[in-house]
Amino acid sequence: MDWQLILDSFWPLLSGALIGTIPLTLISFAIGLVIALGVALLRMSANPVLSWIGRAYVSVIRGTPLLVQLFLIFYGLPSIGLTLDPWPSAVIAFSLNVGGYAAEIIRASILSVPKGQWEAGYTIGMSNVTTLRRIILPQAARVSVPPLSNTFISLVKDTSLASVILVTEMFKQAQKIASVTFEFMTLYLEAALIYWAICTVLAALQDRMEKRLDRYVAH
Amino acid sequence: MSRTDGPVLLQVEGLRKAFGDHEVLKGVDLEVRRGEVVALIGPSGSGKTTVLRSLNGLETPDQGTLAFDGGPSVDFGRGLAKQERFAIRDRSAMVFQHHNLFPHCTVLQNVIEGPVRVQGVPRAEAVAQADELLERVGLAAKRDAYPHELSGGQQQRVGIVRALALKPDLLLFDEPTSALDPELVGEVLVVMKELADEGWTMVVVTHELQFAREVADEVLFLDGGVVAERGAPSQIFTNPQNERTRRFLDRILRPFDRP
Repeated sequence: MDWQLILDSFWPLLSGALIGTIPLTLISFAIGLVIALGVALLRMSANPVLSWIGRAYVSVIRGTPLLVQLFLIFYGLPSIGLTLDPWPSAVIAFSLNVGGYAAEIIRASILSVPKGQWEAGYTIGMSNVTTLRRIILPQAARVSVPPLSNTFISLVKDTSLASVILVTEMFKQAQKIASVTFEFMTLYLEAALIYWAICTVLAALQDRMEKRLDRYVAH
Repeated sequence: MSRTDGPVLLQVEGLRKAFGDHEVLKGVDLEVRRGEVVALIGPSGSGKTTVLRSLNGLETPDQGTLAFDGGPSVDFGRGLAKQERFAIRDRSAMVFQHHNLFPHCTVLQNVIEGPVRVQGVPRAEAVAQADELLERVGLAAKRDAYPHELSGGQQQRVGIVRALALKPDLLLFDEPTSALDPELVGEVLVVMKELADEGWTMVVVTHELQFAREVADEVLFLDGGVVAERGAPSQIFTNPQNERTRRFLDRILRPFDRP
């Protein structure tokens, strides 16, 4: 193992994480959650057309590989006249992808809140939307933290796929250095370790968030 | 003056409701005067809870009319417009069997949510009023607790305060003590009796026959989706006219007597 190379490449990899992996994850996850809430509400709609649209969206996103989705947006769309830079392409693909997976999580956690909570909101005069926002979503949030954390952690690692559409993120940096030093094992192990470190921190954060949201739940 | 002399607050006629093929209500009439306590009793499945929920717009009957204060009546047969539902709901507040407190909110937040968020009462005013109400039911010390930190009886008293804070014309109780341990029932019934004595108008679905007997001005016995018998509690409980009422009361009051 070439320790000097590990030291020398550490900063380029870390900066790849800081300007690529991490912001790409955060932005895509935030947008993805908004999409997911919308899709979840579509799926739960009493209107069969809206419900079908939500169902179809989830089906397409979950039924096709993320890599293919990335390629379609970055390499495919230009052929119909829509050329996007690598970064926006990646954000769009990851957001849409998170939207599909998280929609099912959000839907399930909304359904897990007892019906009586909706009724209690209604009887104090709240509309559907206010009840959802003030009463249901805060309770659904607690239920959805563990599965959404899974999605989030998966996304951190999935952003490495953005390297194939030329986004400068951590794995791309590792590939670049490896291709000139031929130290594939060293560089990819190093990248793996940094991914692992990031995910470990996230898992700890998840733990703290669950404890915080647990304060109003009987044990 | 008897509480039954007040002006008519709520007039309901011909409520019918079916869930699928199952007809739950087959034409129920109900009149509630201001300051009056009406108890709905009857076997499970008799439709009493459906009647109560209809009064708050939680169920939409298929047929029937409902009017407050002799005003224009809502005709359920024509379907219920959103505004109509909100208008109905605005007049009453509901106390649920399983309290349905918001578990992520403190006691105080539970109580002020409706006044502040829906009615637009200034927060400080709503808090002062909530504190006063909590004090009255002996829960001032619990204002910052979460619902799961309270006993069942305390939870239900908060449920009552949450309803009172809306200052409704009509309080609706859906078997408010059925989910409680027996030793906690009393503290809730005491609060309800005090409210009745203060002149709140109440419709109470209950299995607590003693409560109905002592507190209600009128008792409606529902069976199979119709009001089988109605009258003053003294009459219903001591001299029921209807055979089904008699059998129901016998089953509850004298469960071990076999004819």
